[in-house]
Amino acid sequence: MNPVNYLYLSALLFTIGAAGVLIRRNAIVVFMCVELMLNACNLAFVVFSRMHGNLDGQIIAFFTMVVAAAEVVVGLAIIVSLFRSRHSASVDDASLMKL
Amino acid sequence: MSFPLLTATAALPAVGAIATAAVPAERRTAAKWLALLVSLGTLVLGAVQLVRFEPGGDRYQLTESHAWIKDFGVRYELGVDGIGVALIALTALLIPFVIAAGWHDADPLETHSSRWRPTQGFFALILAVEAMVILSFEATDVFLFYILFEAMLIPMYFLIGGFGDRAHEHGDEAAATQRSYAAVKFLLYNLVGGLIMLAAVIGLYDVAGTFSLDEIAAARANGSLDMATNTERLLFLGFFFAFAVKAPLWPLHTWLPNAMGEATAPVAVLITAVVDKVGTFAMLRFCLQLFPEASKWATPVILVLAVISIIYGALLAVGQRDIKRLVAYASISHFGFIIMGIFAMTTQGQSGATLYMVNHGISTAALMLVAGFLISRRGSRLIADYGGVQKVAPLLAGTFLVGGLATLSLPGLAPFVSEFLVLVGTFSRYPAIGVIATLGIVLAALYVLVLYQRTMTGPVKAEVRGMPDLKVRELLVVAPLIAILVFLGVYPKPLTDIVNPAVQHTMSDVHKKDPKPVVEAAQ
Amino acid sequence: MENLIALLIAAPLLGAAVLLCGGRRLDAVGHWLGTLLAAVSFGLGVALFADMLGRTADDRAVHKHLFSWVPVEGFQADVGFQLDQLSMTFVLLITGVGTLIHIYSIGYMEHDENRRRFFGYLNLFLAAMLLLVLADNYLLLYVGWEGVGLASYLLIGFWQHKPSAATAAKKAFLVNRVGDMGLSIAIMVMFTTWGTFAFSTVFNEVGETGDGRNTTIGLMLLLAACGKSAQVPLQSWLGDAMEGPTPVSALIHAATMVTAGVYLITRSGVIFNAVPDVQTVVVVVGAVTLLFGAIVGCAKDDIKKALAGSTMSQIGYMVLATGLGPIGYPFAIMHLVTHGFFKAGLFLGAGSVMHGMNDEVDMRKYGGLRKYMPVTFITFGLGYLAIIGFPGLSGFWSKDKIIEAAFAKGGTEGWILGAVTLLGAAITAYYMTRVMLMTFFGEERWRNAPTPSPAEPSVEPAAEHRGEHAEPHPHESPGTMTIPMIVLAFGSVLAGGLFSINESFVKWLEPVTSLSHGDSPVSEGVVTAATVTVLLIGVGLAYAQYGRKPVPVVAPRGSLLTRAARRDLLQDDFNHVVLVRGGEHLTRSLVYVDHTLVDGVVNGTAAGFGGLSGRLRKLQNGFARSYAVSMFGGAAVLIAATLLMRAV
Repeated sequence: MNPVNYLYLSALLFTIGAAGVLIRRNAIVVFMCVELMLNACNLAFVVFSRMHGNLDGQIIAFFTMVVAAAEVVVGLAIIVSLFRSRHSASVDDASLMKL
Repeated sequence: MSFPLLTATAALPAVGAIATAAVPAERRTAAKWLALLVSLGTLVLGAVQLVRFEPGGDRYQLTESHAWIKDFGVRYELGVDGIGVALIALTALLIPFVIAAGWHDADPLETHSSRWRPTQGFFALILAVEAMVILSFEATDVFLFYILFEAMLIPMYFLIGGFGDRAHEHGDEAAATQRSYAAVKFLLYNLVGGLIMLAAVIGLYDVAGTFSLDEIAAARANGSLDMATNTERLLFLGFFFAFAVKAPLWPLHTWLPNAMGEATAPVAVLITAVVDKVGTFAMLRFCLQLFPEASKWATPVILVLAVISIIYGALLAVGQRDIKRLVAYASISHFGFIIMGIFAMTTQGQSGATLYMVNHGISTAALMLVAGFLISRRGSRLIADYGGVQKVAPLLAGTFLVGGLATLSLPGLAPFVSEFLVLVGTFSRYPAIGVIATLGIVLAALYVLVLYQRTMTGPVKAEVRGMPDLKVRELLVVAPLIAILVFLGVYPKPLTDIVNPAVQHTMSDVHKKDPKPVVEAAQ
Repeated sequence: MENLIALLIAAPLLGAAVLLCGGRRLDAVGHWLGTLLAAVSFGLGVALFADMLGRTADDRAVHKHLFSWVPVEGFQADVGFQLDQLSMTFVLLITGVGTLIHIYSIGYMEHDENRRRFFGYLNLFLAAMLLLVLADNYLLLYVGWEGVGLASYLLIGFWQHKPSAATAAKKAFLVNRVGDMGLSIAIMVMFTTWGTFAFSTVFNEVGETGDGRNTTIGLMLLLAACGKSAQVPLQSWLGDAMEGPTPVSALIHAATMVTAGVYLITRSGVIFNAVPDVQTVVVVVGAVTLLFGAIVGCAKDDIKKALAGSTMSQIGYMVLATGLGPIGYPFAIMHLVTHGFFKAGLFLGAGSVMHGMNDEVDMRKYGGLRKYMPVTFITFGLGYLAIIGFPGLSGFWSKDKIIEAAFAKGGTEGWILGAVTLLGAAITAYYMTRVMLMTFFGEERWRNAPTPSPAEPSVEPAAEHRGEHAEPHPHESPGTMTIPMIVLAFGSVLAGGLFSINESFVKWLEPVTSLSHGDSPVSEGVVTAATVTVLLIGVGLAYAQYGRKPVPVVAPRGSLLTRAARRDLLQDDFNHVVLVRGGEHLTRSLVYVDHTLVDGVVNGTAAGFGGLSGRLRKLQNGFARSYAVSMFGGAAVLIAATLLMRAV
């Protein structure tokens, strides 16, 4: 199978993720969409690794997973504490970070 | 390897600053004494420099050189010439007086808790400024100098913005606003100048491939480094702009009255007598030495600006209602003289300008510190709030008058020698400019005497009645300054001996010879 | 012997330093110390004089190089002294009259709590004035020049709590600074011309300049002389300077400092001789001031201001004489010395009168005082006779010579100058007789006269101690005051005659000023006769006006000229309108410009950036999703740009 098709898939996943981040308000969903984008990137890396015949892409994919796992930990913790204090997981409610 | 005297002179106040800042909150007085001792120690080191310096010897002496940032060829290179060593002595001399005069300026108010720390901060910042100023007089590496030139803004910013006249303090929001405006203005002006200089510093590296002043000057002298005319002019302008902001030259002067007006008197002295001298010093050392042709190209414009500074500063001083702002405008006028002397490109002019830097530092310190004592007694900077002080506090009035007379360059006091040298040096090459600048001496008499008349003479104002005369601490601050003014006015030879050879070097840098007297030339 | 020259200056300088730094501890002995040091200086002067007389005329000048003052490549300023016949004359005058006035001040300032400071200033003045006349180069002379200006400033403003005194002091210093500017420009031109400003070199090489340099130097020196010697157009400060204590007016503003301009021109005679055009200007300045001062002197009711007008006028005579060149120099100096005696005496007399009259200065409130103050009357009277040029007294000898020299100038010029000097002599006789009559003769107008209100500026502060509000009880002054007056009266009577025996004074000065007699179109006898005639006319007119008729206590309105003269011929009004007002407007508008324009540009830039950032800040709305949109948008733009760059 032509590896380019996987790239199309990756682009599709990324777009879905990006659209989710922009459209949805629920922080958990936004968060999952971010994960989706990350995984789309991972997929692209692996494909490139395959296409170019070296392991660089795969290494970066693992690297991304580790970072993503760390990010999940921090992100979920923030969302939970936000929910506790505001009883809402809507990202639009938390708009205090402005000048 | 010999003892690194230059590094030590700058390192002592730097270490002292950290130590002072680290003194526990309650032990304020100990911090003050520590700062004073450190500054006196620095004074000793400065004196040792003066003694070790041989006027007839090499151009740069007591040199030190170490690799620093190898990738960019930045070196930690130090060395002093006669001009540098004189200005280091001035700085080291003035700081103890600044500290002693500001002894109570940063004391906590009753409303503050015992853990209040700014007292330590005040004295630590003064020492930090001293360290950086001294090192900038010693630096012979352009990059090192640039860093110091910019870094000294930070402690100065906090000194101006953080400490105002005590009398204004009590919940006076307007004064605090004014002060932060002044501090920000000071910082922005100097940062803009510094950034333009940074561009020129990088440009210089691009052209010369090194930051070392010695190497660039040598390469320029033997012709191996050839700058295109326009490149040299642009680089010159970049450097000069930064120095002209700091000096300050008209029309880049407006930060000075705000800064000096809002800061406490000792800090105002620090600004005008010490930090600003870095600007004029750098004109002599960097502008003339690195870009001699461009300097000559720019001379006419700079001289005109300098003369405008002289007259304009003096006229504005006459029109001021605030004592400290008046002194600030007087300083602008005096800086005009210094810059005029530097760019007149005569031996007398440049020697005069160098002496002027030293003498102006001492005379302004005397005048401003006494003014500060006066202001702290009445809690107002407005001239109109005073009157008849002479009757109540004759000692204060007397020292104030001597400071004022030094400011108007009365013969017999040090500033006269330098002012006359600058005038003669300018006149011999540019008679018209010299004559216009001479008008400055009449205007100087006007603003000093008007100030004295309005504050010290006349009927005693009710608020002034009962004003205490100078205290012992205050007298100890003023009397030595006056003694030095008199001594250098009568016998400036020790100073001229040190300065003369350095001026000869600068003159040969720009390939200029003094104009010959008419009669001698005819023979 | 030369080493004594430095001591001559050092003695009063030491006095000034000790008295001014010594504090209140010295209050009790301060005046004695000051007087002693002045006397020491006088003693040294006499010793040097004796030494000088012991040598032949050509060897008399001595020179003493002390140390190198400002050594800069190509610029040598030294501290060195030159004592020749001209400086010697001044040294004796300054220290002699100076010592007498110190003695006088002991009595006069007795009730002043700041007497020690007063003597400190007087000593400072002596030191500066001696430095001025002893310097061997122009730069050092300049130090003395400004030094006497400072002393004069301090002494005029001695009673600083009076706003009028403080203002007068400031005015004197400022006007003098304008003159000083001339001197410093002259020195700068000298430096560019000869590379030095030492007397010896400058005077030897004057002829070798060509172009207008000598003219410039001459005019600038004249400007300096005008400032210091209160000559038109810089004369306005002298009248106001009378705010100072009377001994100050006698010493500084009559006998010594104001004559420094005459010294400067005489000293620089070689330069002036080389440029006749400038000499003409000098003569014109002298002639104009001569009449100006005399006219002002006629209208003033304040005794000190009338004498100040007279001083101005007499110095006008001297300046005129110096403008005549070598035929005038010795007589200018001779008149200077005799004037030093009689004018100092007159001022001390005036001070004595004021001392006895509760510090009243208005002559309209005097009258008939000769009975109450016999010593003052006689000494003042002798001074009066001397100044109007009564035959045989000092003023006659010196003034007569100047009038002769004016005629000797030759041509139309000579006739005009001769006429002016004669006219001046007549007016001098008139206004001095007026002063004499109003003060010592006539009815006693001070009885039941309204006492001066405290607000009046002419009231001297010490008056409080002397019972200001009581009717004055005129009385003779104490011995410390009358003895100096008597000594000066002797000088007023005898000096001129002694100097003229065998032309001794002129010959004494010859090595410095060179001697030459002009050919006068009128014989000496005729001039003397004319002088005496105009003198009698002046006295007669004054007698008719003030002796025969009672003097009104309140001044009549007077003619236009009188009113103008009372206001110093409108000089102050001119200054006020043009310089003071104009200057105020200029500085005020500059302050405005600085604030709005120069600072405005900067603040405008700052405000511009502030506005921009205020607008940009709206983008930071806090909504995470709108940040995400801008992030994606940015990424898209970047990718598009990269692709586009590839494609190109």
